[in-house]
Amino acid sequence: MNSKDNQGPLWEVFIQSKPGLPYKHAGSLHAYDKAMAIDNARDVYTRRKEGVGLWVVPSDQIVSVQPKDAEAFFDPADDKVYRHPTFYTMPEGAQHI
Amino acid sequence: MHFKKLEEEDPKKLEAFQARIDAEERIEPKDWMPDAYRYHNIRQISQHAHSEVIGMQPEGNWLTRAPSLRSKKILLAKIQDEAGHGLYLYCAAETLGVSRDTYIQWLHEGKAKYSSIFNYPTLNWADMGAIGWLVDGAAIVNQVSLTRTSYGPYARAMVRICKEESFHQRQGYEIMTRMMNGTKEQRQMAQDALDRFWWPSLMMFGPHDTDSPRSKLALQWKIKRATNDELRQKFIDKTIPQAELIGLKIPDPELELQADGSYKTGEINWEEFYNVIKGNGPCNRERLAHHREAHARGAWVRKACTAFNEKYKGELVLN
Ligand SMILES: [Fe+2]
Ligand SMILES: [Fe+2]
Repeated sequence: MNSKDNQGPLWEVFIQSKPGLPYKHAGSLHAYDKAMAIDNARDVYTRRKEGVGLWVVPSDQIVSVQPKDAEAFFDPADDKVYRHPTFYTMPEGAQHI
Repeated sequence: MHFKKLEEEDPKKLEAFQARIDAEERIEPKDWMPDAYRYHNIRQISQHAHSEVIGMQPEGNWLTRAPSLRSKKILLAKIQDEAGHGLYLYCAAETLGVSRDTYIQWLHEGKAKYSSIFNYPTLNWADMGAIGWLVDGAAIVNQVSLTRTSYGPYARAMVRICKEESFHQRQGYEIMTRMMNGTKEQRQMAQDALDRFWWPSLMMFGPHDTDSPRSKLALQWKIKRATNDELRQKFIDKTIPQAELIGLKIPDPELELQADGSYKTGEINWEEFYNVIKGNGPCNRERLAHHREAHARGAWVRKACTAFNEKYKGELVLN
């Protein structure tokens, strides 16, 4: 980033499209502070009532798993099939279970 | 910035990358990708972003002279959408490791291009109709195909953009229809606008496949999902019946309806196309000068915001 003339830090935008639904990542934008970020997010991402809720988060505050580490990172779940209902054998004729 | 040539890449990695592409997986910013793939996307997405932004100028030219409040509101909303499209695309482009400032700098230095269609002037109100109907119409054909592009952030930006574009084309076609139902002078204006924008719209899809050396790799990596000629043909076949429906005549004496229902057009004037791309179109200098000036005029705002932000370190809370 050019320190004298730049577009400000990057923010990630999350929209809740209807009450009760989870917030979903919509994209990103540049803004210099929180107020500008949320105003810009409204103008850029919700011009057609795409949302009833809006979050903006500074991009550098998001912690994420690097793709190269993903396999090892998620590996603990690999051998735990007993966490799924299909693992269990039900007696013939058993209902509502 | 240094980009490795394809030959310099690890063949094993290339193979695994191609396998992901072939399996229709989307490539995400932090995934490994060949430098040539990154470079192609940097070029294509930023060119697309610049086009959205520069494309506001020919329409902005008519904002203060729109014939009614209704048409003014519509044009304003459309131009605002285009600004938004530019922003979605810059953000997608930035995930490739180049900053927004650098992209703008490349545009100002002439290193980055934008669609040549925006180097044509808008001479009368009917041109707002022709642009919405033809230019946005051509853009939609291209963008719908790009919703399936292999680079995730680009594909997602395209989905959002396509949702917004259909109003753009419809408002343009409505302007043309109204003029064709109007006075003799209005009909002439509409026909004149089509005469001037028809061929440049066909040029928007780029050179013939046979003259498009970069296309092969872009198709192999599914950055492009269809060739220039395929997309152009789709646009031609959709648009000609729309023209005929409202009594407009396509300015092409060689136009031929073929047995399969598709249209064969005369040859595009490629000399004109390359000339405009080189910077010699009617409005190239004006468009770029205007963008530079607008950007320079905003410099004090960016500076003030940066200084303010540094002072308060973002501690100012919204609620
Ligand atoms: Fe657009
Ligand atoms: Fe548009």
